[in-house]
Parts: sequence; C-alpha cells; structure tokens
Amino acid sequence: MGKRDTFIGLAVALAIALLLSPFASSWPDGLERVAKDLGFFEKGEGAEVLKAPIPDYKIPGLDSEGFSTALSGTLGTLAMFGIGFGVARLMRRKGQ
Amino acid sequence: MHIPDGFLSTTTWVSAWSVSAGGLGCCVRQAGRAMKDRMVPLMGVLSAFIFAAQMINFPVMGGTSGHLLGGVLAAVLLGPWAAAVVIACVLIFQCLVFQDGGLTALGANILNMALVGTLGGYFIYRVMTRLLGGRKGIVTGAMAAAWFSVVAAASLCAVQLALSGTSPLGLVLPAMAAVHAVIGIGEGMITGLIVGFILKTRPDLIYKGQGIGYRVSGIVPEAAEPLKEM
Repeated sequence: MGKRDTFIGLAVALAIALLLSPFASSWPDGLERVAKDLGFFEKGEGAEVLKAPIPDYKIPGLDSEGFSTALSGTLGTLAMFGIGFGVARLMRRKGQ
Repeated sequence: MHIPDGFLSTTTWVSAWSVSAGGLGCCVRQAGRAMKDRMVPLMGVLSAFIFAAQMINFPVMGGTSGHLLGGVLAAVLLGPWAAAVVIACVLIFQCLVFQDGGLTALGANILNMALVGTLGGYFIYRVMTRLLGGRKGIVTGAMAAAWFSVVAAASLCAVQLALSGTSPLGLVLPAMAAVHAVIGIGEGMITGLIVGFILKTRPDLIYKGQGIGYRVSGIVPEAAEPLKEM
C-alpha cells in the first residue's frame, strides 16, 4: 500500500468521523437495550473506575454537541492511525 | 456491545483480563511474523477507519442502534492476528480516552470482539471462501463471517453477564443474540460492500495468508487462488 492509497484511506476515515459522526443514532446500542429491557442498566451507572478525558466523545466545555463529537472523532481517528501504524511497525520489527 | 464497568463480577472480569492478555500476546507474536512492509500503512488506515466507523451508530428495530465491529473486515485485509490487534487497540483507546467500555470490562471486551469475534469470524470466512470459491465466495464469506462475529461476541458477552450474576443466562443469551443477529446484518452489508469494492479496485490488498499466519490457523489459503487469475 503506497502513500497515495494511505492518504485516500485516511481521508475516508476522517470524512466519516468529521461529517457522519454528528448524525449517528443516539438510540441505545444492543447491549444497552438488553440491559434496559432486563433491568440491569443501573448497575453501570456511576460505576466507572476511570475518569476518561473525553467521556462519550463530548469534549468538556464545548457547547455544541455535534461539533464536539465531530472534533473528538476527527482527532481520535488521526490518533488511531498513528497508533495502528506505530504498532504495526513495532510488530514488523520484532517479528523479523 | 462495549461492556461498561459495573456489569461484571470481579471473578469474571479478572478471568477475562488474564485470558485476553495471553491471547492478545499470541496475536501480537503471530502478527509480527505475518506482517509485511506494505501492510504497515494499511494497519494504520484500518485502525483509523474502524475507530471512525464505530462512532456511526445506525438505527435498527425499535429504538435500538448498532455500529460496525470491523473485526472481519480487518481480518480479510490484514489476516486474523493483526486484525485482532487492531480491534484491541481501538477498544483500549476508546476505553482510556472516551470512556467507551469500562476499564475493568476491557479484558472481556477484548476477548469478545478482538479475539473470539475477529479470529472466529476469520475462521468462518476461510471455510466459506474455500467452499464457495471465486470472488463471489470472498464477498459472501466475508459477509457471513461478519454477521457471525457480531453474534458470537454478543453471545459470549451474555455468558459473562450470566456468570457475573447480572442476568440469568436463559434471559440474557437469547436477548443479546437476537438483537445482535439484526445488528449483524448491518455488519455483513457494510463488510460485503467494502470487501467487494476492494476486490474490484485493489485485489492485491486482500490477505492471502502467506507466511506462518495460515499454517498456524490450520487452514490452507485456497481461497486466494481465484485472485491469481486477475
């Protein structure tokens, strides 16, 4: 995979994060749905052992929810590219 | 189906952590051996793409949503071991930065989606492509495997919830399997569309199981044969 394909692939991922994420469904996901239906959803309320810096993809202090999601998604996607690339390179080096 | 903190008992999450730590270690070693230079940027792109796609919840029936898991998609392109590492990296990142999935439940989430969903899904993909053959076999196999990966991960999640005493197995297993059987259709369609597109435009990017990857999984890479004709 060359530089051009890498750029195109990353651009597609960034476009999804930036343009589509504000329109994602906010309905409960499969596990949340089952947890609500079967009555164990509250078990997870306030049970977090770690305070993550950007809980639920909402940047603290940013009023606009759509913009906050798009921004955290875009930054996260860029970071995830770096992590995937870095881990792949490390594994490649160790595997030889 | 990212399990949050509070759903799993201590015994369950500690066990899941140790199993997935060992399993992930094996995947990292195998992935390193199967990794080619040209796969390095592809792994970066797939990590970014799967993270972005996992943010896009699509509505399914009755006020419920789902999103791509991406394990089979990654495995079709990177092979099973590197794909499991990609999904694990996405899950760790989501947990630590976005509180998407609990830290105690991270081991279970890695076990369900990165190990069982992705490696199990890849196994189904290999069997299906061998049975069906050709390019259609690759797309159909990827779609079926993608559906299976979601249902398998969700079912294992249900077993962990039952082991934790959170919900009785007789209730939680059918409920989780049923909802994710529907979400899995979305997984299959998205995976099929992307794999079909890549087969048309860049068939060289499909993982052909060179190196130790396929020998360890014990499945011969006959599925890749039709690609040679192109």
